[in-house]
Amino acid sequence: MIKEINQDVRELDTICVNESHLEHKWWHNLKYLVVGIIFGIIFVKAEIISWFRIQEMFRLESFHMYGVIGSAVMVGLISVFLIKKFDVKTIYGEKIEFHPKKFNKGNIYGGLIFGIGWAITGACPGPLFAQIGSGATVIIVTLLSAIAGTWVYGYFREKLPH
Amino acid sequence: MLETIRQPWPWYIAGPLIGLTVPILLIIGNKTFGISSSLRHICAACIPANIPFFKYEWKKEIWNLFFVAGILLGGFLGIQLFSNPLPIEIAPSLATHLNQFGITDFTGLVPSELFNWSALFTLKGFIMIVVGGFLVGFGTRYAGGCTSGHAIMGLSTLQWPSLVATCCFMAGGFLMSNLILPYILKF
Repeated sequence: MIKEINQDVRELDTICVNESHLEHKWWHNLKYLVVGIIFGIIFVKAEIISWFRIQEMFRLESFHMYGVIGSAVMVGLISVFLIKKFDVKTIYGEKIEFHPKKFNKGNIYGGLIFGIGWAITGACPGPLFAQIGSGATVIIVTLLSAIAGTWVYGYFREKLPH
Repeated sequence: MLETIRQPWPWYIAGPLIGLTVPILLIIGNKTFGISSSLRHICAACIPANIPFFKYEWKKEIWNLFFVAGILLGGFLGIQLFSNPLPIEIAPSLATHLNQFGITDFTGLVPSELFNWSALFTLKGFIMIVVGGFLVGFGTRYAGGCTSGHAIMGLSTLQWPSLVATCCFMAGGFLMSNLILPYILKF
């Protein structure tokens, strides 16, 4: 019962609901570190973490970011389609699970607030980490502030329209 | 070879590689691609403060923290190993636009004239660095995801709430960049 409640809270507005039911040693997580490293290098090399690229996107001055996001979605769509069609299993032989997202008004209000923040900082959460790694140390403050923003959301969550 | 890697990568290379993260994370461990959740896990791990939203077994999501730590390292390696020696090319209209606010240095990925430690203590710097970050953290959690979780993972699995969220991200960004940011940059 407690486990069920825990699962409910964890699923609230979060996207990380998939989990393996197998128990793994901690070092299995290193594979996510490796994926992250490759991801971070792509972020830098495609200049996705550039404040200027984000301004160009929102000011409709360049196709670059639309191309990146659009082609990423296309590859994601095809991959998910193939995984479902051929019932592809994980490397541990488990069935791959997809969890439908439920609509709530937070998708709108939160989405607008995030969009405003994205245009100011020129970074969504992923690029914040990569920007710090690339040497822009002051972005540590932006990241801490983003963590504070997440915390404040959690604190006022019950009072906000959803 | 190295010379080619050092050049900025075009969208048709970078986009598909980013899209491949979706099946890779699913196949290596049934993980749903999403980055903003890491901020929530950090709250749950460090400052849960008895808030129900942060009372969950964050250790089960620790993979996400390994992933973002990797992104940080990747940012470091990307700059150290494959850094493009030339200044970043930006749209001429953006350069002209930014020049009128005294922003003339386009060499870095993060504009050093806006984001630096001494700017932090000015009103403009505070808005750009602290308020901007706060809105990113608050907004992504309120929306239930960011560019990765909604725009890429959500749209890849045909979730219509993610489409709504993505449209709102873009609307908020258009509003800020075009109508409000010029006033902030004037300070």
